[in-house]
Amino acid sequence: MDAIILQILNGLDKGSAYALIALGLTLIFGTLGVVNFAHGALFMIGAFCAVSMQRLLNLSYITLDETQKDFLGNPLKVKTPYVESWFGPDMGAAIIDWSVPLAILLAIPVMIVVGIVMERGLIKHFYKRPHADQILVTFGLAIVLQEIIKHYYGANPIPTPAPDAFKGSFDFGVMLGFDPNAIIYPYWRMVYFAFAVVIIGAVFAFLQFTTFGMVVRAGMADRETVGLLGININRRFTLMFALAAAVAGMAGVMYTPINSPNYHMGMDFLVLSFVVVVVGGMGSLPGAVLAGFMLGILEAFASMNQIKSILPGIDQIIIYLVAIVILLTRPRGLMGRKGVMEE
Amino acid sequence: MSKFHVSRRGVLRTGALAGAGLALPTYLRADTGYLNAPTGSSVTLGFNVPQTGPYADEGADELRAFELAVEHLNGEGDGGMLNTFSSKALQGNGILGKKVEFVTGDTQTKSDAARASAKSMIEKDGAIMISGGSSSGVAVAVQGLCQDAGVIFMAGLTHSNDTTGKDKKANGFRHFFNAYMSAAALAPVLQKLYGSDRKAYHLTADYTWGWTQEESIAAATEAMGWETVNKVRTPLAATDFSSYIAPVLNSGADVLVLNHYGGNMVNSLTNAVQFGLREKQVNGKNFEIVVPLYSRLMAKGAGENVKGILGSTNWHWSLQDEASQAFVKSFGTKYGFPPSQAAHTCYAQTLLYADACERAGTFNPCGVVEALEGFEFDGLGNGPTLYRAADHQCFKDVLVVKGKDNPTSEFDLLEVVEVTPRAQVEYAPDHPMFAGGELGSCNPGA
Amino acid sequence: MFGLQKKDTTLLLVVAALALFAPFLLNPFPEGSAMAQFNAGYPDLMQRFVIFGIFAVGFNILFGLTGYLSFGHAAFLGVGSYSAVWMFKLLGYNVIPGIILSVIVAGLFSVVIGYVSLRRSGIYFSILTLAFAQMSYNMAYSVLGNPTSNFNLTNGETGLQVYTSDPQILASAGAPDLPHLFGLTMRSSYQLELGSWLFTFNAGYYLCAVLLLVSFYVAIRIFRSPFGLMLRAVKSNQQRMNYTGLNTRPYTLAAFVISGMYAGLAGGLLSTMDPLAGAERMQWTASGEVVLMTILGGAGTLIGPVLGAGFIKYFENIFSKINEGVLHAWFGFLPDGLENGVIWVVEHFVGPGWHLTLGLLFMLVVTFLPGGLVEGGQKIAALLSRRKSKDTDNRATQSTPAE
Repeated sequence: MDAIILQILNGLDKGSAYALIALGLTLIFGTLGVVNFAHGALFMIGAFCAVSMQRLLNLSYITLDETQKDFLGNPLKVKTPYVESWFGPDMGAAIIDWSVPLAILLAIPVMIVVGIVMERGLIKHFYKRPHADQILVTFGLAIVLQEIIKHYYGANPIPTPAPDAFKGSFDFGVMLGFDPNAIIYPYWRMVYFAFAVVIIGAVFAFLQFTTFGMVVRAGMADRETVGLLGININRRFTLMFALAAAVAGMAGVMYTPINSPNYHMGMDFLVLSFVVVVVGGMGSLPGAVLAGFMLGILEAFASMNQIKSILPGIDQIIIYLVAIVILLTRPRGLMGRKGVMEE
Repeated sequence: MSKFHVSRRGVLRTGALAGAGLALPTYLRADTGYLNAPTGSSVTLGFNVPQTGPYADEGADELRAFELAVEHLNGEGDGGMLNTFSSKALQGNGILGKKVEFVTGDTQTKSDAARASAKSMIEKDGAIMISGGSSSGVAVAVQGLCQDAGVIFMAGLTHSNDTTGKDKKANGFRHFFNAYMSAAALAPVLQKLYGSDRKAYHLTADYTWGWTQEESIAAATEAMGWETVNKVRTPLAATDFSSYIAPVLNSGADVLVLNHYGGNMVNSLTNAVQFGLREKQVNGKNFEIVVPLYSRLMAKGAGENVKGILGSTNWHWSLQDEASQAFVKSFGTKYGFPPSQAAHTCYAQTLLYADACERAGTFNPCGVVEALEGFEFDGLGNGPTLYRAADHQCFKDVLVVKGKDNPTSEFDLLEVVEVTPRAQVEYAPDHPMFAGGELGSCNPGA
Repeated sequence: MFGLQKKDTTLLLVVAALALFAPFLLNPFPEGSAMAQFNAGYPDLMQRFVIFGIFAVGFNILFGLTGYLSFGHAAFLGVGSYSAVWMFKLLGYNVIPGIILSVIVAGLFSVVIGYVSLRRSGIYFSILTLAFAQMSYNMAYSVLGNPTSNFNLTNGETGLQVYTSDPQILASAGAPDLPHLFGLTMRSSYQLELGSWLFTFNAGYYLCAVLLLVSFYVAIRIFRSPFGLMLRAVKSNQQRMNYTGLNTRPYTLAAFVISGMYAGLAGGLLSTMDPLAGAERMQWTASGEVVLMTILGGAGTLIGPVLGAGFIKYFENIFSKINEGVLHAWFGFLPDGLENGVIWVVEHFVGPGWHLTLGLLFMLVVTFLPGGLVEGGQKIAALLSRRKSKDTDNRATQSTPAE
């Protein structure tokens, strides 16, 4: 029982990452009708906003320490971050410690700009083009974005720890009456889950309760008619793209303490997030979220030893297996709308 | 004007250095009896390293070491480990009087791409030796290719037992250590520090290298009294290891062994520390994590999480022997940071190859093989070393290292806990973990 | 000729000539010259051009004609590769059984996957094929490839290869221990020297080239047949086809299986040229690659996929090998400061940066040449013919073959 609760927690956590990426992807699918292979790259750029924030806060001046030697025998260069010299060592260290959450402040404007530039500069020329062309151009863009990041940050993963306050894990087991250590869960992962719920909730509320959202939803359903009503749907779609980019970017920032970011992390998520979106059903936001959490939880269960010992390797294929079963039993995924990307 | 040349095995291809524009296009095809025999004033080596993909940084470091080695062979720079190398056959005038040139390629850490790249070096650029690489799958694939084509393969970073075990080849040589040696070196240290009554839980990357390391570590730790609670395979593509790590604490194990490398290692270690495993007490003992194969480049990716965690490594820049110091100085002066173990092994391999050619008096792979087999040397940073004839594996001391608690710089991440002497990590060539393959005989390709 | 229209005969003859003279055409620069870096006329790359050409031509029969975008064709490439190596292991190094089996096994695989996946269309179909291929890849890499288990089908990460302990029951004494066609090894080459040029004629390459021509011929016949017309009708409006009471599934399934067999042939040839089959051949990136090749070259055209395949493989193999030393040799004539500046710029696009160049070119081609490279060729041809016959009306520009 404790093992099952544990994997549900893991699944919720994996699921929130999948759901957040899939949410942005399906927004772009649904509103713009564009297959965006660069969406994983947006997630990756978000993660590197956290890295940049960390670098920014760690900008240092160098003093030579004659008492210590570096690897070549020269006096050791000691780096002191400016932040620490401005705010004092304690306050400065605390600010640096919080660089990942602070990076959200950087990520939102950066991602909105990236989103607008991408949509206006490139994507808008491809609305009327076949999906295959969209795949080619966005895939090319994803490679270019990756290579730029690789050029500046290298190929190795870069550690971006969570603030000290969130280090360690919480013992759920004791709370639920199990043995100590039976169900432990890291604080930061709980933060991530809560963050995902808030973001998903905010996006839904935005689409549901604002006029802007209403127009966009109308546009998703029937773009032509909305255009005929004299509403400038294009500008809203640009903003929608920026919103999707911002969601992906924030998901990336918050994900960095869980896994050290590297330049190809976007590609690692790309295929999975497509599977999630399609299993959820094309053009359905709730479907994408539901599929994200469902696949996350199933993946967590499949990695349990008890299951792996019966079906070796099941954890490697579970997501694809479930995708096949769902797509064969429900023609448009869980909650897909008729006629969206069925040709 | 035209003349046909028929060769039965392999493309006979001589001289001409693509792109360099240095070699004269003279096609004096003397019947040298081996493939790609250098005819001009230079000889071409092929350095095949990952330049794209997750190991690109490691590949870049390997390439830096190759460039440095070529410089030193050609008599430029400060000579590095040429000055400390026990064999004095190399003169600093290239190899056998021929200037060393090199071509580079991208393995992408994929067997197919690596073989394509190596083939183009052999077929197009006339490379006489291929070196480099950052994974065992690639090493085995390229080694097989070099055997078939008839050139020498000097393996880069490859840690799987198979490279000199069941997939060993007469034309292939490995300087790097292997999983068995890691286990043999680590086990006594683990016993000393953590006691002989421990329960280990293995998380293993689900591919060849992971399996051989899991097998090696489990065998060595069980021999000293540890119990293996569970061995769990994790998908190579996994990025989030939470669902594999979460059950560890409740399994009764008090040691977690992470048979992961590269990005897998960074993520699984980060996740394990995140779950607070290291602050826990199990069976009345502190919970411990072990990463059998350490790489400084990768340790950097895991940041603070490596502190106090034990592992093994082929070489580390903080070693104080004369040879290591010379290499670090040479590399550090040129590039501004200390070399990684991958860089070290690639540098050493290049020197060893060049030296073997000098001593053999020929570039003929069969001559090189003969010169390297059973070769005893010193002064390349690992103490006295033997290139064993039976399987073309180097035998040398192994370093047991620990993540440093108070690093003084971004490179100062590991400290050497113990230098395990060579005798302790040696094994018979027909050891069951290495059995099954056949070295075959050297292939000169023509 | 060959039952083809004149236009298609010309196209086939052009392709045949290109394939036959590839060793000359791909080696335009003399050995030892600075430009020799751009020569692609060595056996391995020529083989790859042709093999991936076959793969892309086959993929185009499905995608170009029916519009069904499969994201899992690499599975058939991988299955074909494994089958061929198994034939080498069990029977011996003669390539004929390997190539035949690779086509058959890939065909069977595609019947199963196609039958299931074609129940859905559009992106749902794409994801189904992707899921099957990724499952195959993950299994091949791990569970099906553990050397210590009794069921080692793929040899995992190391890749399936031939060991001396393998049975090879049909191997006769004295036969080469390399893939060969009745004694002629795939690796054997003739070399021709003309002045400072060196041309290599490789047996393996010509075997692949012959099979490419056969594949290409079959593809033309399919494109021009009533069956091909039916497939195009599926692309333009499947619903209407269904309303007319016609079941389109058998047609699409046939197209799927044919393209799967092409992929199997390509996989078999990869193993034939180099007897080691790795699981990465089945990964989604490999499936993506053939999609990119086809779109880049021009989906739905006959020659486009071959061009796309050549384009991508050229960058992968030639640009990735340009390093700083080579750049210094090229730009050595410039004054020092300028030389370093130029090299600093160019460096980003070659060697480790070859991905960047490829990504940029994807974007440029698809943005400015919606019809892929073929359209680029047509535009150039149109430009040339306009220049030639300025006064005649420009009907000529419009009559350039679309396929």
